[in-house]
Amino acid sequence: MPIRPTQKSDQISRPRPPRAVVGSQVSRDEKIFAAAFDGHVIRRFVGFVRPYRRFLYIAVVAVIVFTLTQLTIPLILRFVIDNALVKEATNRDLLELAALAFGAMIFINYIANSIQQVTVGRVAERVLFDLRRAMYVHLQKVSLSFMDKTEVGRLMSRLQGDVNALQEFLETSVYAIGDIVLLSGITIVLVMLDWKLGLFTLSVVPTLLIVRIIWLPYARRAFLLARELASVVNGALAEGIHGVRTVQGMLREKVNFDLFDDKASESLRAHLRASKFAQVMVPIVDTLSGGAMAIVVIIGGNLVLGGELDLGIMVAFMFYIQRFFDPIRSLTIQYSIMQRAMASGQRIFEVLDVPVDIIDDANSIELKDIDGSIEFRNVTFGYLPDQPILHDISFRVNPGETVALVGPTGSGKTSITALAHRFYETWEGQILIGGHDVRDVTQDSLGRQVSMVLQEPFLFTGTIQENIRYRKAEATRQDIEAAAKAVGAHDFITKLPLGYESMLEQRGGNLSIGQRQLISFARAIVADSKILVLDEATANIDSYTEMQIQTALARLLEGRTGLVIAHRLATIRGADRIIVLQNGRIIETGTHPELMQHGGLYARLYSLNYASFDDIPDELVHVST
Amino acid sequence: MTSTSESARPPKGSRAESYGQAKALGSGAEHSVGTLLRIARMALGYRWRMLIAVGAVIVAAIFQLLIPQFLGNAVDNAQGLLAGVPGTEAEAQSALLVAAALLLGAAICRGLFTMVHNYIGEAIGHGIGYELRLAYYAKLQQLSFSFHDSVHTGDLITRGMLDVEGVRMFVDAGILRIILLVILITVGSYLLVSTDAALAAVSLSFVPFVAWRAVVARLKLRRIWLNLQERLGELTRIMEENLGGIRVVRAFAAQDYEISKFGDMSDKAFEFANERVTVRMRNTTVMSFAYFIAMGLVLWFGGLKVISGDITVGQLAEFLAFMAILQMPVRQIGMMVNSIARASISGGRLFEFLDLEPQIRNKPDAKNLQLTDGVLRFENVGFAFGDEFGVGNVLSGISFSARPGQTIGIVGPPGSGKSTIAHLIPRYYDVTSGRIMIDGQDIRDLTIESVRQAVGVVQQDTFLFTASIENNVAYGDPWADGDRIEFAAVGAQLHDHVRRLPTGYETLVGERGVSLSGGQRQRLSIARSVMLKPAIMVFDDSTAAIDAATEQRIRASIREVTKDQAVIIISHRLSSLMHANEILFLEEGRIVEHGSHDELIAQGGKYRDLYELQIKPGEDHGVMSDLAGQPDDDSAA
Repeated sequence: MPIRPTQKSDQISRPRPPRAVVGSQVSRDEKIFAAAFDGHVIRRFVGFVRPYRRFLYIAVVAVIVFTLTQLTIPLILRFVIDNALVKEATNRDLLELAALAFGAMIFINYIANSIQQVTVGRVAERVLFDLRRAMYVHLQKVSLSFMDKTEVGRLMSRLQGDVNALQEFLETSVYAIGDIVLLSGITIVLVMLDWKLGLFTLSVVPTLLIVRIIWLPYARRAFLLARELASVVNGALAEGIHGVRTVQGMLREKVNFDLFDDKASESLRAHLRASKFAQVMVPIVDTLSGGAMAIVVIIGGNLVLGGELDLGIMVAFMFYIQRFFDPIRSLTIQYSIMQRAMASGQRIFEVLDVPVDIIDDANSIELKDIDGSIEFRNVTFGYLPDQPILHDISFRVNPGETVALVGPTGSGKTSITALAHRFYETWEGQILIGGHDVRDVTQDSLGRQVSMVLQEPFLFTGTIQENIRYRKAEATRQDIEAAAKAVGAHDFITKLPLGYESMLEQRGGNLSIGQRQLISFARAIVADSKILVLDEATANIDSYTEMQIQTALARLLEGRTGLVIAHRLATIRGADRIIVLQNGRIIETGTHPELMQHGGLYARLYSLNYASFDDIPDELVHVST
Repeated sequence: MTSTSESARPPKGSRAESYGQAKALGSGAEHSVGTLLRIARMALGYRWRMLIAVGAVIVAAIFQLLIPQFLGNAVDNAQGLLAGVPGTEAEAQSALLVAAALLLGAAICRGLFTMVHNYIGEAIGHGIGYELRLAYYAKLQQLSFSFHDSVHTGDLITRGMLDVEGVRMFVDAGILRIILLVILITVGSYLLVSTDAALAAVSLSFVPFVAWRAVVARLKLRRIWLNLQERLGELTRIMEENLGGIRVVRAFAAQDYEISKFGDMSDKAFEFANERVTVRMRNTTVMSFAYFIAMGLVLWFGGLKVISGDITVGQLAEFLAFMAILQMPVRQIGMMVNSIARASISGGRLFEFLDLEPQIRNKPDAKNLQLTDGVLRFENVGFAFGDEFGVGNVLSGISFSARPGQTIGIVGPPGSGKSTIAHLIPRYYDVTSGRIMIDGQDIRDLTIESVRQAVGVVQQDTFLFTASIENNVAYGDPWADGDRIEFAAVGAQLHDHVRRLPTGYETLVGERGVSLSGGQRQRLSIARSVMLKPAIMVFDDSTAAIDAATEQRIRASIREVTKDQAVIIISHRLSSLMHANEILFLEEGRIVEHGSHDELIAQGGKYRDLYELQIKPGEDHGVMSDLAGQPDDDSAA
């Protein structure tokens, strides 16, 4: 298979590098250089593990039993050699006894091993799923201002990549305990078997420690760099997937491929470097273990010769040395796993620590049977400190009334609708829904009273029926069809082979924008709340669909209070009242004829005959003030 | 938030290719052995490195096997000395020294050769990962729109990231480890058999059992992996959609609903994750139990043989030391099985993708388009998708032509096939009947590149790349100089806005950059195409979010650029295309009316009805009630 599909294009012959990049360009704000041991992260982990602590106790006991049996095995061998197989004095009974003991030991070993592995593995999975769920649940609550600033891809990499990175850590962390127990056990046994030989043998350990301390910072940097570059490559790949149509339409394949190649090879080099660092430890550890064995042979041999040491002990030493370096090796691996886990843990807990600005408290009341009025009282609000978007906004929408918000881009219309839904908290002033301050009611009940239709219809993968029903599980098929009929979506839905059961893939990518908009309307109808907030919902729709929408809108607003960001003159004229906003202030308010008569900004803009007020050039708007 | 993905928007009311590709991508679960062989073949592509690595594996294995022998010798020596075999103190000392030196030497050599094969193994793994990534990226860019319409982006991302990783890790940790294990066992058993055949048989008795378990576990794990992967994919999709649509979720106070949706899928995935852990862990433990049983038997039988004088204690120690060497690899068999199971699935999914043939591709004898006049002709063009969302023809019998300097307007209800026409011109899709000609050449006989160079399509949905505005405008020609970029931005009425930004054209847009309004994005998209000055310009509903007056100014300012171009404007807003030389009125994929604006008005057909609705100055009586009872959306979807 020709794996290298395209030749590098000849960008060398170009006068200068292209104005082109792939993937994220923002400087790396993800902290990847985490300390190997982060108390905060560990404490938080413990919190997640606590519900399963009983399993963990079992696992730890099993690990210790397992390790002890591992330790015993060479002792039995030693016993056999020293007592049963002594030349000229062999003892068959002792041998058989020892073999039985061995059998019992390995059986216990097996049981303990099974318990520890399965328990640890399951708890690890459970904790991972819990962590992911906790993040997900938390993200449902954090303020939209956080979500606005954070790209979905970054959150996803935390929900996925970082959680998965922890899997290795959680699964191996208990083995690390086992390894530590094994190491100390071997040390103790060696010293107890023969303290002189034991100390000589263990003298190689400080050397190993020194080497590792020198090696560690370099290796760590190499590992983390490799990991970071891998995520850069993945980011570029994701962008290539999302933007593939534009790439093909603009013939950017070659340029992008070369840029991607640059990133991929940079990552490759970093990985090779990291790999060198990892592998260079192998001969060092092996040399030291060889050295330890040589010490045992020479010093142990001399001790044996001098009659100070049993042969069996020397054999046992040999076994222990071989076992001694395995846990050291695996602890080395676990150390880097732990570093990665700490970095991932920091990112995960960073998400979990995003403060939830808007929370229900014990005094929050359920909003129900309200009259459907909306009132803003002296509201001042902005997204960035010192940059207010709305200044001292006050107005009231009476129950059943439809009010159109109009004004040029940046005048604050969208902010008003977002505040009515308490997506954000006001800086000053208050907002009353049905006479209740939105801060005094539960968010859930507020959401049930106030429906919202966004400018861009967002549908979920699932059937059309599921999308229209959405949260309202109790909605029947009749309700759904009635809603679809009201917005004129029923006809095109039933024309699909599977009708309401048709799957919407890619968030409804298989429907036109207009059709998606209709479905999002039907969804709002099914939600059936007292107040409807429409955020530029009629933009982006072709005139055919718009006709239906206008019809549906009229029906939808019947008996409901409507706060509508209006683009189309038809919608504006159809409203009971119009609020004209400019630079975050209400400058005019009244019915269409009143405003026309008043001869202010509205009348001016209207007379310009723009289809929408949104895009009126600034020059024209400012002339009028 | 800006949209996370270019909304996959095939021609309205239509979907997905399916000619012979009912489901664009399967699970890739078939042919697992073939997949593994193919990965192995890729590894063998690194012939020399592979050769060195295998050589190093063999040498490392030999040294590893020598260690127990040297140990055994040392023990025998010591025992011999102890038993008072004649010899001087000096001889004994030197025997010990030799044994120690041999052990040390063997350990050092083992370490060095292990390092070599580990490093080369990883290097080959990363090399293959790199190759696969590039191949994946290249293929991704080649595959036609219809493919991308039919595949979830999340699925493509998973394949490109996790599956590549799965294959890489297999090469890295799987292939060479298996070789090492096989060598250890064969050479080791040879050495042992030559010492004592019966005892060797006992000490290796666990091998067939472990092998059998490995096969069984692999099959089980494969099934579980497949299921788990699928559930995790679903879970990813749920999370992605939730985060992308967070405003909808909040607007409907649907957090609880979303949490339970997530929870259900998470529970399902957890079940398989749990099963996977259980199977894997049970498997490793039972394998290591078998190993210990064999060791116990060696101890017993070996002890008996020492008693009966058949073998020496040193030889018994050697057997046991050999078994100690095998302990690590036996523990790793479980991991290897897991990695093989994963690689066969991941590899299957990858190769399935890499083996796809793009539906739109250059014919073997494709020529470059020879632009002479720049005349576009549709000759009796028909187009059909043929899956559940677009049964029947999307377009049929479409004929028209556009010459340079001419503007063709296309209008019609949603789903009438307007956008499909736009997508057929640059061969995003190929016609199913009839043909499209540019200057007398059938575009299917031409290279895709030359056709797309000649045709600029401004899409309704603008995908912003995470890059500066400048880079985004210059997307089609990254070598364009600043003047051209600015010229295009001025033409698209984007310049004034950009100038007001603190960092101007350097301002970052896209996922993490400043957000642009729908209208600004469309203007950027227009600037992109205008900058390239293609011979044929297609505006595919690309001004929907721009108000009519700005649109007029855009048209006026780019008229200079487009005066030698054939321009096709697709819009539902009549004011956008009233001035066109010819207007086509589309309904259910057919041209039902055509002619100039005046002719169509005079004809008094559907176009005129639409005109009355849209353009005729709005009287002050309620438009909303006016519109009630208007003809229904006759979407052909």
